[in-house]
This record gives sequence, C-alpha cells and structure tokens, in this order.
Amino acid sequence: MSGQLSTEEVAHIARLARLEITEEESATYAGQLSAILEHVDAVRRLDTAGVPPTSHAFELRNVLRADEPRPCLERDEVLAGAPRAEDGRFLVPRILGEEP
Amino acid sequence: MTPAASGALALAAQVRAGERSAASVLEESLAAIRGRDPELHCFNALADAHARERADEVDRLVASGTDPGPLAGVPVALKDNICTRSAPTTCSSRILAGWTPPYDATVVSRLAAAGAVVVGKTNLDEFAMGSSTENSATGPTRNPWDTGRVPGGSSGGSAAAVAAGMVPVALGSDTGGSIRQPAALCGVVGVKPTYGVVSRYGLVAFASSLDQIGPLATTVAEAAAVLEAIAGHDDRDSTSLEQAAPRCSEVLDDGARGLRVGVVADFLADASPDCTGAVRAAADVLAGHGASVEEVALPELLHGLSAYYLIAPAEASSNLARYDGVRYGLRVDAPDVETMNGRTRAAGFGPEVKRRVMLGTYVLSAGYYDAYYAQAQRVRTLVARAFARAYAGVDVLLAPTTPSVAFPLGSKTSDPLEMYLADLFTIPSNLAGHPAMSVPFALGEGGMPVGVQVLAPALGERAMFRAAAVVESGADPRARGPVPARGAR
Repeated sequence: MSGQLSTEEVAHIARLARLEITEEESATYAGQLSAILEHVDAVRRLDTAGVPPTSHAFELRNVLRADEPRPCLERDEVLAGAPRAEDGRFLVPRILGEEP
Repeated sequence: MTPAASGALALAAQVRAGERSAASVLEESLAAIRGRDPELHCFNALADAHARERADEVDRLVASGTDPGPLAGVPVALKDNICTRSAPTTCSSRILAGWTPPYDATVVSRLAAAGAVVVGKTNLDEFAMGSSTENSATGPTRNPWDTGRVPGGSSGGSAAAVAAGMVPVALGSDTGGSIRQPAALCGVVGVKPTYGVVSRYGLVAFASSLDQIGPLATTVAEAAAVLEAIAGHDDRDSTSLEQAAPRCSEVLDDGARGLRVGVVADFLADASPDCTGAVRAAADVLAGHGASVEEVALPELLHGLSAYYLIAPAEASSNLARYDGVRYGLRVDAPDVETMNGRTRAAGFGPEVKRRVMLGTYVLSAGYYDAYYAQAQRVRTLVARAFARAYAGVDVLLAPTTPSVAFPLGSKTSDPLEMYLADLFTIPSNLAGHPAMSVPFALGEGGMPVGVQVLAPALGERAMFRAAAVVESGADPRARGPVPARGAR
C-alpha cells in the first residue's frame, strides 16, 4: 500500500462513512485523497521505534460526578431541533429489513 | 469612531463608570456591521434582539450601582461553531442550517457574567475545516485589508469582524491554527490557550483532542482580558484543567528583562521573506528589552503537519458521525434509515468535510490503523518531546504564524494540500496542547499585515503574554486593525 487509493476503495470508504457519492465523485476523491496520503506518507517513514503514541496532550482520567438527579435539557426544546419528531420521540424511517 | 477603534477595555471602563450606555455601544457595533458586512460577509447571523435586551440589562445594573463585570457592554462576536440559544449555530454547514441549540456554551455564560454582549455568529470554514473561510456553505468572508484576499480560517469571520472594526473582540476556535492564522492575515491578535484552560462545552466538536476556544482582539491587553473572562475549570468538560487559569493581564507591563527567547530556526526557511523578517525584527525588539535570544533547531515540528492531517480527520470522522439526519438539522428522506443517512450527509456536507471524513474513516479502518493513525500519534509524541527539549532552555519560542501574507481568494481552493500548508507553523502547538498566539507586527507583500507567533509550554500563558506585549510595543502600528474600508487592491 503506497497511499494510492482506487475509485473502488473510495466508494467502500464512503459507504463506511455513510456518504452517498457518485462514481464521478469517487474518481475525484481518489485523486485528492491519494495526493494527501502521499504527502503524509513521510510520517510512516519516520523511525518511531520505542516511542509511545500520544492520543491526548495531557493525561486523561475519568471524571465522575455525584450520582444524583439534576435537571437536563427540556425534551420538547431538543425535539424542536429534530427534522422529524412524534409523540416525544425522534422519528426515523424503517430500520429493520421487513416489508411495511 | 467604531467600537473596535475605541478598544474593549476603554469601552468597558466608560460603561462601568456610567459615561456611556451599553445600548449606544451596541448600536454603534450593529451600525458598523450593517455598513460593511454586505461586502465582507463576516456574519452568518445577528443576535440583535437578544443583544439589545442584554445591553439594557447591563445599563440597568450600572444605574443601580452594580458592576456588570470587566467586559461591561463590550460587543463580542462568536464563531458560528459555539452554541448559543440566542441565534442559530450552523458551523457554516448546510447540515445544520437554521438549527438553534437548546443550550449555551460555557464561554457564552462566562461572557455574559463578565458583562459582554454577544452580537452575532461569524462565518467559518465548514465545521472549522479550512484555512481561508472559503469552505463555507454561506459563502466566503473577505479580508477587510484587501477584499480580493482571504481572511484566513477557519475563524475568518471573527478575525475579519475585529479587523473591520465591527466588534472590538471575538471568539474563535483553534484546532490547527484556526485562531492564529486568520488573526495574522487580518492584522489582529489571536490566542490559542493551553488545551483545557477554556471549556469546550458547547463548542461543536471537530477534533476533540486539539480543539480549543480563544479570543481575537486588536491588542494583547484586550485579548488577555477576554481570555481571563472565559477561562477556568468547568465540570461539564471532562478535559477541562483543574488548575486556576493563568492571570495574564497583570504581567503585561513586566517587560522582557531576563526572559529567555528561542527562535524556531526550522520554520524560517519555509516562510516568505516578509514573514521571516518580522520574526527576526521581533526577536531584536525582545533583545532590546533585555531578553536573551537564541536560535533553536526543532526539525520534528515540521512533521506535525502530516501527523495532524491523519489525527484531526480521524477524530473528525468520529465526531461528525452524529450528523445522521435524526436529531438535528437536515434530513433527506429515504425509505430506509441507512439510505437516509447517506443522502443526508451527501447533501449536507461540503467537499472539504467529505474529504476529511473519508480520510479519517480510511486511516482508522482495519489494516491501516497502525500504519497511519498509531504512527501519527507516535509522531505527536516526538513533537511534544522536541518542545520539551526547547523549553528546558527557553521560556518562550518565536516563529512566523503563517508562511505568507493573506492570499487571493480562489488561489488555493483547487488543491487541498496547498491549503493545508498554511497551518505548518501553528499545528505543533495543538498537537502538544500548548498555548500560542499571533501578534500583528509589520506590513508585508501588498501592504498586508504580517503576524509573529509567540509559543509557550503548557500553562505558560503568563510568559507568552509578557513576550507578546513587548513584541507589540515594537510593532508597526499600521499593521494592526481596525482598517478603514478600502476594497480590493
């Protein structure tokens, strides 16, 4: 793998990322993403033997609060921002595979 | 005189003393916005009705003998990725067009507690991904110094609004340089604080391990005052630091005597002569004020860019998974949920966001995780180690903020990689979680402003502001906004 992405690979990545893209877009993105990967490939050639990875600038620790009820966002206000809502819930299209 | 020309601190002093009303200051700000925004497009939305209520409240407090706070009546613009109940928060994306959050970001509450008045939401590269504010669903922002050039990005609307004198101060967010780079290109001061000093609660997440909110202002002192108003621990951000936020205003007159300054030699070769010259001249100013100045070699920092363009897209691909057409914003209807997700995201995201989401998805996917993402995280360690080596011998580092002055609109939009290089000198501080700021210093090519960057180790804001104040004292005053309207040149 030398950082060159095919149109098919881009189509696969787009599916993983839940992005509907056309064949023409796949070709454009394949070229652009390949150029970016080629540039960042310098990173892969650096000697990092024995160097630990950093996921965060400072050490993270779990932050917990007292397990006590407190006010949260108003349901109706939250649902007001949703594209579709019904009976106090977010409304989505069919998820399971059976015919309606 | 526009509000920005008066300066935030002078305005606050007048409002607190009852010499001026917050309402009149606000109307001046809104008039300045009405006058120039049709040409510059700094704002996505105004919160004028809410702002008028807030200003009246500030005036009532003053009338009743109560101090409204250190930023009393100061009009502030917020980058449109900071959640506000008073105005829509769109991230300049079609996918969030018209969405008004059900809560305020912590910085919004803190600004209110300090007496400031939020006037509106500023344009940005979609989801803060970009360096020119051209990747915006609402159209590009133009640089008030020359409307044929970009203001930088992604906080380009905030930088341009301050530079045009619409507001004296604004907030932006900085993931790889998104406050400092537009500040430099617009001739204003821009500060990225230490990661965790300012709460990210209510900042729409792009790359969570790198994002940090900070101020843009015309002077170092105003930036310090705004930072002090918004900084401090917040229970609602699990990465918020426990330590008390550094008090920066009190060190601004301390001078540079005894300060140890390192010039990042590796950056000078990659910057244009005007940007390199500004760094050398700023170093001379510091030396003239009693600082010791030496060049330091930190070649690892140049690998930061590549590491960043693996780490930030990886985090973004995860953070942006939430825009699925279910809970907020746009939905493109389809018979099943997966097709709805794919069509919504296809219609809602612009090309740069799609590129980064796909890049991030790819580098996190099975088979490539170790080669790209884990390796980039190891390089992140190398960058932090290089900084640690430097800071064993110096208190602050000096570097160009950008490789060049503001570039013409459209000149880098066809080549994403070319655009990414605009962040070469700002990215390392984000990877290390360190503070860094840009100070306008000189005029460069085409009479455009050039910024000098001051970098410091984690929680080294006091030394950084001390050095920045001295650099500012030796800067060309013509390099600093606000600038009068003068169109394209």
